[in-house]
Amino acid sequence: MTTAKLVVDRVRMAFPRRGKEPVVALEEISLTVAEEEFVVIVGPSGCGKSTLLRLVAGLVEPSAGRILLDGREIDGPSADRGMVFQSYTLFPWLTVRRNVEFGLSLRGVAAAERQRVARRFITEVGLEGFEDAYPEQLSGGMRQRTALARALANDPEILLMDEPFGALDSQTRQLMQELLLRIWEHAHKTVLFITHDIDEAILLADRVLVMTARPGRIKKELAIGLPRPRDISLLTVPAFMAYKREVLGLLHEEAVRAERSRNEVGGA
Amino acid sequence: MELRRILAPKEEIPAGLRLALGLLTGISFLALWSWLTYGGLVRADFLAPPHEVLMAGIRGLERGTLLRHVQASLIVILSGFALASILAVPLGILMGSFQVVAAVLEPITGFMRYLPVSALIPLLILWVGIGIEEKIAVIFLGTFFQQLILVSDVSARVSKDLIDCSYTLGANRRQVVTRVLFPACLPGVMDNLRVTMGWAWTYLVVAELVAANSGLGYMILNAMRGLFTDVILLGIFVIGFLGLLTDQIFKWIRRWLIPWSPAF
Ligand SMILES: Nc1ncnc2c1ncn2[C@@H]1O[C@H](COP(=O)(O)OP(=O)(O)OP(=O)(O)O)[C@@H](O)[C@H]1O
Ligand SMILES: [Mg+2]
Repeated sequence: MTTAKLVVDRVRMAFPRRGKEPVVALEEISLTVAEEEFVVIVGPSGCGKSTLLRLVAGLVEPSAGRILLDGREIDGPSADRGMVFQSYTLFPWLTVRRNVEFGLSLRGVAAAERQRVARRFITEVGLEGFEDAYPEQLSGGMRQRTALARALANDPEILLMDEPFGALDSQTRQLMQELLLRIWEHAHKTVLFITHDIDEAILLADRVLVMTARPGRIKKELAIGLPRPRDISLLTVPAFMAYKREVLGLLHEEAVRAERSRNEVGGA
Repeated sequence: MELRRILAPKEEIPAGLRLALGLLTGISFLALWSWLTYGGLVRADFLAPPHEVLMAGIRGLERGTLLRHVQASLIVILSGFALASILAVPLGILMGSFQVVAAVLEPITGFMRYLPVSALIPLLILWVGIGIEEKIAVIFLGTFFQQLILVSDVSARVSKDLIDCSYTLGANRRQVVTRVLFPACLPGVMDNLRVTMGWAWTYLVVAELVAANSGLGYMILNAMRGLFTDVILLGIFVIGFLGLLTDQIFKWIRRWLIPWSPAF
């Protein structure tokens, strides 16, 4: 591992609740992401994955601990940490082109430069010909392509992706995974990616981090030694299957634990 | 088979059928009215027959009184509505998305929304007199608080992810409000302005109840004293028609202003 791009250092996140003890989403979680590394986080539902990403994005502040990007403690959201959400977050009143230009226009980048950048990323995600379409007119996959292009156009230091393909059907999802692989393999962005989909995690990741049930911590870290460039034909390779078995086992343990603690809470 | 489809919920029906059914309703209404009046089932001072209403309309147009009343009512309605909208839209958007604004305004809006405007008329007369200002104030009060609540609802429903996403694209709080929150609210705001415009028309007669000497509401009330049911009906039809017209204008504005979002 080379220099750490992102450091999450013993972060705790508790959401206060009125009249009850707070919900502890994350407890003393620590992780690092190296420069140009693709890290994928998997974990049981409700274990605090989204919370972790929102913390890194600066959308919420940790109850304790520090988060450093390039050695500097983060302070609120900023364009250097681009995010792609699971829900469709395109601006419905802007065309594909204007959506992609949005971050640049916030910073007052000149129109010609904006258009040049937008054209490049629209081509990169395969949306030529749809520049003037409104999000309403696009399929789910095309919307997420636009969201990806919009995040990339800002040239962020790190790309945060919270189940970006979670709402897509499985064929579209595979296309998007391959698209992301292609883009990443020649753009070499630092990526922190969350998913429920184990195939997706192993296919994309340099490293998979498996989280425990809530309160979330890193349970296990798995370096994925599969060769690149990758594509979905990897899904049937024995090495891939071995990783998959391991991650499945780890997640199953946590699911059982989560279920048990839920029953205890329910019974109390 | 065809009939079963037409009578199934949420099925499209042919445009021709839609038009025909609409016309049928209009014709049936006219037929019933004619039957009641020309058939002698109802006395003319109770319900004027169609041709008398038409004559009243022509008379009004010839004398210029009808247009004067229409103009007076339009000024009242449009001023009251515009004033209310200009204030309620920005305030409502902020109220729906900033808890501080909501906390400040909620006690007032919560109280005002159930208050019939007519209950305020005595105070309005005392405070703003009996001129046109009082009538505009009635329309204003009748629409402002409803708009505030509806617009604040629209604003509250703007997805948090959309706002968060804007932050991660580098927007500051001011940009989030002006470049994301406001445009995101636009379709909902236009829809609700259209609905409240309809409500504004329903306050017209109340507004012109007191010390008016022109306006469609006044025309109707005045006609009641002489049992001129033809003029009353004429007033009702004109209000209904103008209401329909403003509604249509709102639809056009919406389509022109918001090409990216289909109307409800
Ligand atoms: N704003 C909030 N206020 C209170 N509790 C919250 C808040 N956000 C999240 N939580 C709680 O924190 C825990 C973790 O939520 P989070 O959304 O991060 O989980 P997740 O791992 O992303 O879940 P999923 O797999 O369903 O997406 C959950 O129990 C959730 O109810
Ligand atoms: Mg989540």
